[in-house]
Amino acid sequence: MAVTENESNQTTHSERARRRFLLKLGAALNLLAATLIGIPVIGYLLSSFRRGARPGSWVQLGLVESFPENQTRLATFRNPYTRPWDGATADIPCWVRRVGGDQFQVFAINCTHLGCPVRWFQESHLFMCPCHGGVFYEDGSHAAGPPPRGLFEYKYKVENGQLWIEGGYLPTLSEPT
Amino acid sequence: MLREIALWIDDRLHVSKWFTSTAGHPVPASSASWFYVFGSGTLLCFVIQVITGVCLSLVYVPSASEAYASLEYLNYKLTLGWLLRALHYWGSNFMVAIMTAHMAQVFLFGAFKYPRELTWISGVLLLFCTLGMAFTGQVLRFDQDAYWGLGIGAAATGRVPLIGVNLVHLMLGGPIIAGGTLSRFFTLHVFVIPGLLIAVVALHLRLVLTKGINEYPTPGRLVEKGVYEDEYRALLKKEGVPFFPNAIGKDLIFAGLVTLGIIFCAVFFGPKGPEGAPNPTLIDTQPRPDFYFLSAFAALALLPDYAETFLILTAPIVMIAILLALPFISGTGEKSVRRRPVAALSVIVILLALGTLAYLGVYSPWSPRMGAWSGDAIPEKFVKGRSPLELRGAVTLQNKQCRNCHSLGGEGGERGPALDDVATRLTGGQLVRQVIQGGGNMPAYGKNLSPAEVAALVAFMRTLHAPNEMPARDSAMPGRPGER
Repeated sequence: MAVTENESNQTTHSERARRRFLLKLGAALNLLAATLIGIPVIGYLLSSFRRGARPGSWVQLGLVESFPENQTRLATFRNPYTRPWDGATADIPCWVRRVGGDQFQVFAINCTHLGCPVRWFQESHLFMCPCHGGVFYEDGSHAAGPPPRGLFEYKYKVENGQLWIEGGYLPTLSEPT
Repeated sequence: MLREIALWIDDRLHVSKWFTSTAGHPVPASSASWFYVFGSGTLLCFVIQVITGVCLSLVYVPSASEAYASLEYLNYKLTLGWLLRALHYWGSNFMVAIMTAHMAQVFLFGAFKYPRELTWISGVLLLFCTLGMAFTGQVLRFDQDAYWGLGIGAAATGRVPLIGVNLVHLMLGGPIIAGGTLSRFFTLHVFVIPGLLIAVVALHLRLVLTKGINEYPTPGRLVEKGVYEDEYRALLKKEGVPFFPNAIGKDLIFAGLVTLGIIFCAVFFGPKGPEGAPNPTLIDTQPRPDFYFLSAFAALALLPDYAETFLILTAPIVMIAILLALPFISGTGEKSVRRRPVAALSVIVILLALGTLAYLGVYSPWSPRMGAWSGDAIPEKFVKGRSPLELRGAVTLQNKQCRNCHSLGGEGGERGPALDDVATRLTGGQLVRQVIQGGGNMPAYGKNLSPAEVAALVAFMRTLHAPNEMPARDSAMPGRPGER
């Protein structure tokens, strides 16, 4: 201890300044390195906050003729964005109501309350939700229970006798269609 | 020779010093109580979770296409794989239950008060970490419940204004529940939250050592800032005993019982699920969360719709704020629950509310019984001796799925009122109006029923009353009882 005290007594002003400079330089270097690593890492983690094109892409649901008029049928489609390990989760169901001709309503399976799968009841012409008791009419409008709005509807188009919808995302209240 | 080796190791590693400053630290003799065993019990559960979790991760495949198969492999192929899953599942149940007991005890014994504010706050963080583990763990049991549980989480998140979409994508690892979602929850469950848990547990224990364990409260002995620490030190001097070996006995007994309890439940009740395959196209499902989230699930069904989004978004923040602010709001004064009626009452009310909601969550009376219309026949006494028109109405009642929400003879859904004596409550005219226009949370059936069907249905419902009771009648038409 005595030796170091002696030494520190003998350290000149310039040497102390040099050490302080080295400390600052070291801190600055690390800050720079941390920023360089941090920006891409944070960008990677928060990529969902970057503004990009809305998810969603046109997918085929099948021939228009396969949906009888005035009927509501369950249809499934393959998620347009899949990864090889998605398995069965890439198959998405939806309710297709053919109002008549090329007039359709394609409803998301997800209840607008909290996303559970609604079921169609042909006899009473109602959609019922198994989670919190949401009920919707044939045209998707809210009939009873806690849902804040009617069923989510996909955008659809009919081309060359095929029914297409814009799918690929989970419809929620902040991203309805 | 052995002694020399031991001394050498101790000299290099300072084991004995380290031991006396941790397990051997003095505690008030009064704290060696059965009420003080829950903290170590929770920690024990966590250790069991880590060990069984590491073993599970040797087999489990965190891939949306393989996870389900790997769970089934664990259940049915791997020797004792089912037991491993069961131990992890029951370990989590015990952990949440004992943690709740620990929290209630700490609150009731005033242990959160000065100078142990940070001990409480770190405990609150541990509560959220544990609930986070519970939710993410439920997702890793990648079955239908997990899939739709994610849907519920995403739908609730989607209610956040402005950044709802981004938060949903952040949570799901993409715009929809898929492979990326499971990877994300695996990372949280296996790396991120356990890392946080271990760090905060270390802090929690460190605080227990620096600020001491709470003495058994005596009614009338008030906590005062600045004075308390001297009193505590004097108390330790007077009746302090080393935690090990003097105070650890009850903790050890409780730890043994908890482990035996977990093993017992695992062996006798087995693992949970996996239920149906996580295939979203299989929509005949009734998603229910594990028990720790059943109360939240029930609350979501029962919130008034005008305040729902507001409450979903603000209630958690308010609850977190109250928990974090508690030691600063009521940091001094009385510790004993005998002189803190509000504290005792709030614990009772909170536990009762959570229990009732969880019970309702299992029972879900608000949910239509999807198979009642085709499964639950109308009991004989309601059709005996009825006219053809009335019988036609009974068929309509069944076919139009009224029974999914309305019970008859105790069978059927409970979303709407039971119809056993509906005729005594509504006149014919009111029944017609109710069926056609709906209202009071009932859908309008006007478009789906022909006038003949409505007439038959109402004729049948007019017969639904006890033999000794008169059907309701329109007071404006006194001359025609029972008529419209």
